[in-house]
Amino acid sequence: MSPPDSPASDEALLEVKDLVVDYRTRHEIIRAVSGVSFSISRGETLGLVGESGCGKSTTGRSVTLVQRPTSGSVVFAGTELTTLAPSRLRQERTKMQMVFQDPISSLNPRRRILDIVAEPLNIWQIGSPEDRLEKAAQMLEAVGMDPGESGHRRPQEFSGGQCQRISIARALILRPLLLVCDEPVSALDVSVQAQILNLLHDLKHEYSLTMLFIAHDLAVVKNASDRVAVMYLGRICEVAPSELLYEEPQHPYSAALLASIPDPDPRSLRDGAPLTGDLPSPADPPSGCRFRTRCPHAQPLCEQVEPPLEEIAPGHLVACHFPEATRHA
Amino acid sequence: MRRADPLRFAPVEDMADPLLSVEDLRTHFRTPAGVLRAVDGVSFSLDRGKTLGIVGESGSGKTVLSRSVMGLLSQSSVDRSGRVLFAGHDLTAMGPRELRQVWGTQVSMIFQDPMTALNPVVRIGRQITESLRIRAGLDRAAARQTAVALLASVGIPSPERRLRSYPHELSGGMRQRVMIAIALSCGPKLVLADEPTTGLDVTIQAQILDLLSSEQRERSMAMVLVTHDLGVVAGRTDHIAVMYAGRIVESAPTAVVFRDTKMPYTEALIRSIPKLAAPSHTRLLAIEGRPPSLLDPPEGCAFAPRCPYADDRCHREAPPLREASPGHLYACWNPVGTPAAARAFEANRQAGLPAAVAYARSGVAP
Amino acid sequence: MPDSQKRLGPLFWICLGFIGLVVFGAIFANVLPLPNPDAQNYAAVNAGPSLHHLLGTDDLGRDLLSRIVFGSRVSLVVGFGGIAIGLAIGGTLGLVAGYRSGALDTVLNAGSFVILAFPPLLAIIVIVAFWGRSLPKLTLIIGIASIPSMFRVIRATTMSYANRDFVVAARALGASNRRIIFRELLPNVAPAAISFALIGVAIIVVLEGSLAFLGLSVALPTPSWGNIIYEGASNNNLQTNPFIALWPALAMFLLLTSLNLVGDRLRSYFDVREGGL
Repeated sequence: MSPPDSPASDEALLEVKDLVVDYRTRHEIIRAVSGVSFSISRGETLGLVGESGCGKSTTGRSVTLVQRPTSGSVVFAGTELTTLAPSRLRQERTKMQMVFQDPISSLNPRRRILDIVAEPLNIWQIGSPEDRLEKAAQMLEAVGMDPGESGHRRPQEFSGGQCQRISIARALILRPLLLVCDEPVSALDVSVQAQILNLLHDLKHEYSLTMLFIAHDLAVVKNASDRVAVMYLGRICEVAPSELLYEEPQHPYSAALLASIPDPDPRSLRDGAPLTGDLPSPADPPSGCRFRTRCPHAQPLCEQVEPPLEEIAPGHLVACHFPEATRHA
Repeated sequence: MRRADPLRFAPVEDMADPLLSVEDLRTHFRTPAGVLRAVDGVSFSLDRGKTLGIVGESGSGKTVLSRSVMGLLSQSSVDRSGRVLFAGHDLTAMGPRELRQVWGTQVSMIFQDPMTALNPVVRIGRQITESLRIRAGLDRAAARQTAVALLASVGIPSPERRLRSYPHELSGGMRQRVMIAIALSCGPKLVLADEPTTGLDVTIQAQILDLLSSEQRERSMAMVLVTHDLGVVAGRTDHIAVMYAGRIVESAPTAVVFRDTKMPYTEALIRSIPKLAAPSHTRLLAIEGRPPSLLDPPEGCAFAPRCPYADDRCHREAPPLREASPGHLYACWNPVGTPAAARAFEANRQAGLPAAVAYARSGVAP
Repeated sequence: MPDSQKRLGPLFWICLGFIGLVVFGAIFANVLPLPNPDAQNYAAVNAGPSLHHLLGTDDLGRDLLSRIVFGSRVSLVVGFGGIAIGLAIGGTLGLVAGYRSGALDTVLNAGSFVILAFPPLLAIIVIVAFWGRSLPKLTLIIGIASIPSMFRVIRATTMSYANRDFVVAARALGASNRRIIFRELLPNVAPAAISFALIGVAIIVVLEGSLAFLGLSVALPTPSWGNIIYEGASNNNLQTNPFIALWPALAMFLLLTSLNLVGDRLRSYFDVREGGL
């Protein structure tokens, strides 16, 4: 077991390069993710933030290959996943599990909790049927549920927070290396949200997990992550250690996201204009910088040239022609 | 017949009394499993042009409260008692016909889920103009003009074109703007917004909340903002009422709620929100357990089973609402920051009570 | 299981009891103390209900109760057998198409539309007229005719579950497609399928009646409910002895009502109410 908050090792567990995911609708092809690259070191939590429709959930699903990427590479623990044969992929995928946003839709309404949590062991025929139930009960206990009292009940008898605990138990029973959490707390009340965030934090250390934590709320992401990647309209526009991103956001979009968080603490009031308007359609993204249509600092250059994601300080990458630091200089 | 008379409402500007005054409102549902006390003796008042935030977890009765105030719960299985005085008229004494005169023109409501609150097969334009034509008596052209102006004022780009859209063609934020436009269309004096931003992105949430407060200022409306997130109401309300298990457990001017928190439940709600200023991986303060069943609320203080400062008396006797300072009410035997709370906390921590242990782990001490 | 507050109600059990009674009669018709349904007794033509003939006799003096009990065999075999065929083929295809979507779904869906575009009664009449009308053939033809509608209902129900996160979670856990279809989707689709199948049985029972009027049900004198009603309505029998048509029509009416009610109650009983209060 690693000590709490141990610095992540440098070895990358997951390396994503030039990931592109297209959705085909009746009339058009929508590029939900258009060229996303990032890596996550062993033991690290990478946060992925952005508005709905920015492609963050699609990225999460493509990383586990539940959604097939159109192009790009996903290297997990040294194995290229996109070219694997289906049977090998099925096996490889068990080392990366997901927790979803909607706690109710994540669980089969017709099955008992204990069976839901034991299902991964059933699929892979691990241990005897009694062992599997025993293990499932232990896992339920690890996420703070009483297996004796709740194991034989069905999902609809539980609250959103409890369903999310059950989802987490199911995801962890095969001892995965990577946990992809897709908005795990955004459907929950704030009081329950804190319970789940604390639980994920504890389990991360207990099971030496690496995490991809997807959310739209920057405060939640900051609490959970070591590093944060900000996504806008299918592209990553800023990556930085979470403290740094909060102290000195370089991309105007990151600054706007920070400004829109409701915070009861009067000391943390920041300036920065909240965003106006909606996300443009990913079927027809703006030319040049994708954020320019909502950017308070947009210049003619932004319309013509798409800014590349460049390292402006160690570990701090920004895709902006006029990052905050240069604007004030 | 008295019923046929149109109700007369004095201009809001002339009123000295509070615009809305709720007195000992109770709303109980008769269910097969017993009587569910969703709202159990709630009183508050709201002056014109002011904003009241009602905060609570799911199952605290906050949504039932807002609907009960409106008079929207008319099933035969609902028992309602108490008084709801709006501009001097008792809404609880009104029949359906009179209530319809109040809804929309005097009091209107914004719902959490605009997708279900809007009719999916009717164009946006008709949904707005309909109430304008019926309630405000405008003709077709005038209603259309007003609708365009309304959509523009709630920040919908190219409003003429949007009138022909169906709800599913709009984004969640845009739909909520349309809901707001409909709610404001007949110039109500009071708006009840029930979780208006839950389910929206933080960026859109900020936009919608800003829109609500600017509209409110311009129209000098009063507003009740119902939410589970204290962060949402913090910067945008004059007064906050915290609800737990069907009752108000703390009620104070917004700044006082955060500065001089008395009720441990309020404190827990404030502390459970992740703060941007806190370093990553800060342990959040989680409220252990779940809200009590409203079918069978515990004896004594309803929060006691989850409270780190609870002692014997809290489990035995329900605390009454007491006044800490003018306008600041709370219901607690061992308020935050008192020696009694500290003693109880120490005892609970040593006894290994989960709530107290969790507080100690998060580095919180009374 | 469904929460304790849900009840099926006494009416459900009465209706289920009636269906059970009809099925019991059909199975044990040979053993039951019933007269031969084809035995003609010219001494008791058009007799009213009596101890000897509980429901009376028809214009050839045949015992009506016996004919109805024996006739139920045809209705039930055609009804349940036809739906079983439709459910086995249409249901399986619907599950697969609803889960996989894509090209297979497009082809099957288009195919089901093409078949549904034919008026079913007309198609059945043509086929029966050319191919023959023995009980197995009738069952097979009606069964095949029910495939597209079973397919569509099961496909739609499956689709509403196929995109839920628990299916994605099962895939992420390495579950095979077959496992996902049978372990995750089928239990959710089954209640709707059973309810729809029971209503389908009712529709087919009526269909058999319609075919009998066109002389296309099983060959006379074999009794079927449709045949008995048809005989009761021909040769002026309706005026002289309305009971011949009335009794089988009543039996059919009660069976249809029971099937519909049982199907409906079962569906709402197994309906999972999501969300709390």
